[in-house]
Amino acid sequence: MTPFKERIPGFVFLLFALSALSALALIAAFLFVEGVPLIAKVGVGPFLFGMKWAPSQGLYGIFPMIVGTVAVTLGAAVLGVPVALACAVFLTEFAPRAVSAVVRPAIQLLAGIPSVVYGFWGLIFIVPAIRTWFGGPGLSLLAGSVILAIMILPTIISIAEVSLNALPRLYKEGALALGMTHWQAIRTVLIPSAKSGILAAVILGIGRAIGETMAVIMVLGNAVALPRSILDPARTLTTNIGIEMGYASGDHQQALFATGIVLLLIIMALNSLAQVAVNRRRT
Amino acid sequence: METEPKAKLVLDHLDFFYGDRRVLRDVNLSIPENGIFAIFGPANSGTTTLLRALNRLSDLSTESRSTGRILLDGKDIRDPGQSVTELRRRIGMVFDVPVPLPMSIYDNLAYGPRRSGVRDRATLDAKVEDALRRSVLWDEVKDRLDAPATRLSGGQQQRLCIARILALEPEVIVLDRPCAALDPVSTGKIEESLQQLKERITIVIAPHSIQQTARVSDRAAFLLSGSLIEEGPTSRMFANPQDSRTSDYLTGRFG
Repeated sequence: MTPFKERIPGFVFLLFALSALSALALIAAFLFVEGVPLIAKVGVGPFLFGMKWAPSQGLYGIFPMIVGTVAVTLGAAVLGVPVALACAVFLTEFAPRAVSAVVRPAIQLLAGIPSVVYGFWGLIFIVPAIRTWFGGPGLSLLAGSVILAIMILPTIISIAEVSLNALPRLYKEGALALGMTHWQAIRTVLIPSAKSGILAAVILGIGRAIGETMAVIMVLGNAVALPRSILDPARTLTTNIGIEMGYASGDHQQALFATGIVLLLIIMALNSLAQVAVNRRRT
Repeated sequence: METEPKAKLVLDHLDFFYGDRRVLRDVNLSIPENGIFAIFGPANSGTTTLLRALNRLSDLSTESRSTGRILLDGKDIRDPGQSVTELRRRIGMVFDVPVPLPMSIYDNLAYGPRRSGVRDRATLDAKVEDALRRSVLWDEVKDRLDAPATRLSGGQQQRLCIARILALEPEVIVLDRPCAALDPVSTGKIEESLQQLKERITIVIAPHSIQQTARVSDRAAFLLSGSLIEEGPTSRMFANPQDSRTSDYLTGRFG
């Protein structure tokens, strides 16, 4: 039995750890208490798959927003992931020290730009560009995807870079000693060996994209209709809450909490997926 | 007297630096074709640097620099016209920690031959089996060639690495303390395969112990602080070292 005095630090740290966890528990509990009754009233099917969101008429279907969220996130992943991975490989394998000493902090800086600034820049620069080049209103899924693709770069790059750097130096040397070229060693040995870390990086990046609100509100157009093309405006689950929370009350407010539940579940699923990916590395 | 066989590798006034640190000092060495040549010495003597210089893995460090020449069959391996990847196929390297590629046992071995253009399944199968037999691993893995190579034990992984090098049909195999992390049984199997390989391949090894030097090598060179102290047939050197520092090291008075 450990003497009581030696167990005190353990208790203290446990207390702090629990206080962090309790925030999660409180938010989750609040979301469910507020949101579940509305879902029960509307019905799970009509809520998740209803095509019409019209709080004034008591219609609470969030399907267009689920589609909007999935579409804008997928777009961000398609645009952002290849760039981010190429950047991570460049930093770990190709960049001379002087170059990476500049590029790495610059990428970290990208993570420090407030999302409202991203949104503003998107509104002033990306949206008109899309309107001129591709047509449509400009405020669109495409604009949202472009902005989110940039916003998830630092997350994916840093985590992918860490997992590439964590590989034993011998992996690379062993591959080179077999007469592989540098690129063959990267392709056949380094990237496959860091696969689980890279996968986790991508999933966490996508999680960030799903949760982003402010920048998306500003460039997505926020129409509550099912988007037909990437040039159509759309609304996501997060922007739905962000736009309407100011004036919602009663059932309407509860419906926003219910939207939050769906969002929370999606992000939890993604995070568990990332956890599984990371754990696979150790076996 | 021993007959003078053809020199496979010649080190000619080789100096090697990492930054300001001089790791090898004017090393002159002739490594004969076939047979096992051991390079041994206490830690930080430059053995690893010397081995890594042989297939130019030392190029990877941006701070390294060397003078002098390393000749393979009389040609300087750092000649600008020399392809590094081709050199590394002729001089294979095995490290102290086994590094299986993240793929199946079969693909680990077939990788080299496939790169050189072998596509025919039967030829590949034959090459894989041949390499595994020569590294004394075939009997242990013949029923699970599709299993991931990382599932093998440490000793098996090391023999896989040797087999993988063999599948490239190299002229020289360089081994840097290949048994440092292995148990005596695995060590015995690796030494057994080296004895078979030396008939056709020049083997340069940095053994992890004096005992292994005595067991496996035909000739040996003793390095101390980057300088070559003594070189000659292993049996003669161990029975009758010519330099007092060699005999001190062999009898355990330092190192």
